[in-house]
Amino acid sequence: MSDRHRAPVKPTTTTRTSATGPVTLLIGTRKGAFIVRGDRSRRTWKLSAPMFLGHIVHHVVLDPRDRRTLLAAARTGHLGPTVFRSTDFGKTWKEARNPPAFPKVPEGQKGRVVDHVFWLTPGHASEPNVWYAGTSPQGLFRSADGGVTWEPFSYINDNPQYREWMGTVQDGTPDGPKLHSIIVDPRDHAHLYFAMSGGGVHESVDGGKSFTTLVQGLEVVDGFDPATVTFHDPHCVRLCPRNPDRLYQQNHCGIYRIDRPSYQWVRIGRNMPKKIGDIGFPMVVHPRDPDTAWVFPMDGSTVWPRVSQGGKPAAYVTKNAGKSWVRLDKGFPRSDAWWTVKRQAMTADAHEPVGLYFGTTGGEVWASRTGGARWDCLTRHLPEIYSVEAAEL
Amino acid sequence: MTVHIPSPLRSYTKEKSAVEAEGITVAEVLSALDHRYPGLRFRIITEQDTIRKHIRIFVNETQAQTLKTPLRPGDEVYIICALSGG
Repeated sequence: MSDRHRAPVKPTTTTRTSATGPVTLLIGTRKGAFIVRGDRSRRTWKLSAPMFLGHIVHHVVLDPRDRRTLLAAARTGHLGPTVFRSTDFGKTWKEARNPPAFPKVPEGQKGRVVDHVFWLTPGHASEPNVWYAGTSPQGLFRSADGGVTWEPFSYINDNPQYREWMGTVQDGTPDGPKLHSIIVDPRDHAHLYFAMSGGGVHESVDGGKSFTTLVQGLEVVDGFDPATVTFHDPHCVRLCPRNPDRLYQQNHCGIYRIDRPSYQWVRIGRNMPKKIGDIGFPMVVHPRDPDTAWVFPMDGSTVWPRVSQGGKPAAYVTKNAGKSWVRLDKGFPRSDAWWTVKRQAMTADAHEPVGLYFGTTGGEVWASRTGGARWDCLTRHLPEIYSVEAAEL
Repeated sequence: MTVHIPSPLRSYTKEKSAVEAEGITVAEVLSALDHRYPGLRFRIITEQDTIRKHIRIFVNETQAQTLKTPLRPGDEVYIICALSGG
């Protein structure tokens, strides 16, 4: 295994020290984007007017390298996918000149079409203006000019093996198969991960020239062969900023942790309460403590209702890398709350104590200033929430 | 010829509901439109040069199935946003 898995983390303000500034939440919804601005104490929040009202906004992300540029992945029910870019933190927006798109195939052949841009990841700190995007159906794209123009990245979009692992649209999630969880190792711009629903987790140590699968130890739906990468359905993969050799994953089939250079995922969700299970969408890691992570379990039984177990919402936290989990539900409705929290819709800030934030399919934004010990609803009546990112300016 | 623009695309045409564009096929007219209003074409035509799922293009009263549909002087082109759910 290469030394990249043993190199120490270069201390940065985001990994070693806690943040103290105001937190701003970037919300993507089925009917537009919103900004929720908090004060320094994280007690008072103000909801913006909608941006891109009527657009289906899957992700809004701040560029941490300049703390000013935002990218938003959008489409509408009628219109095709695009990326909007703001260099003044959302005051004005301009559309990408060349949004992510698959190459045109010769006439008579069936080429793929990007349905929507699903995931946005800023590039490495050493590569200003580099961004990555994941699409539905699964495609990996890169921009080298801050999101103005996008090109297919790496070889995977058209590689026969990867196309087999991606499966067809029918093999994907109800809203289409997705490439997501694009991760750049903070120690090395060439060390990349991405995940596909379905299609497993993949790693490159050479800047995308080659990828290897990273699915050992992950389970798949009963009756299917875990050796077949197609059957793997990671929902969300997160890398620990303070220890980039540790990743957590919420999968269709459980919660996992991996400590590189190992190639073996460990199902730490087995330690969740049996009546809750370990199915869900989001995965949140602590900005400084690699032993701490949060999940938001959902009902994955029978027909997969994908709502809080029993209508009683709760996050769960582990503070020992998955050996045990603690329920966090203070402030939530005690019953009759049939939420789902989607994979991009839960996140953390870098304050001390850590602030947690999530949006629900019912259009509510919830927050905790205490690492989940107590929750408060920040705003209600938004459209179905697809993504929540905490931006610290 | 006149191209009628549906409301979802008028942010590209400075809110104009009808614009003029030249071409002897639907493809040429859309290219001319995209040249004038960058980005408009990709919102309605895929990277494989097919008309997007919830978009319809009519030439006068006849639906154009492909971008190769020929146009004659005086034709009117209608870009229509079809039903796409709630």
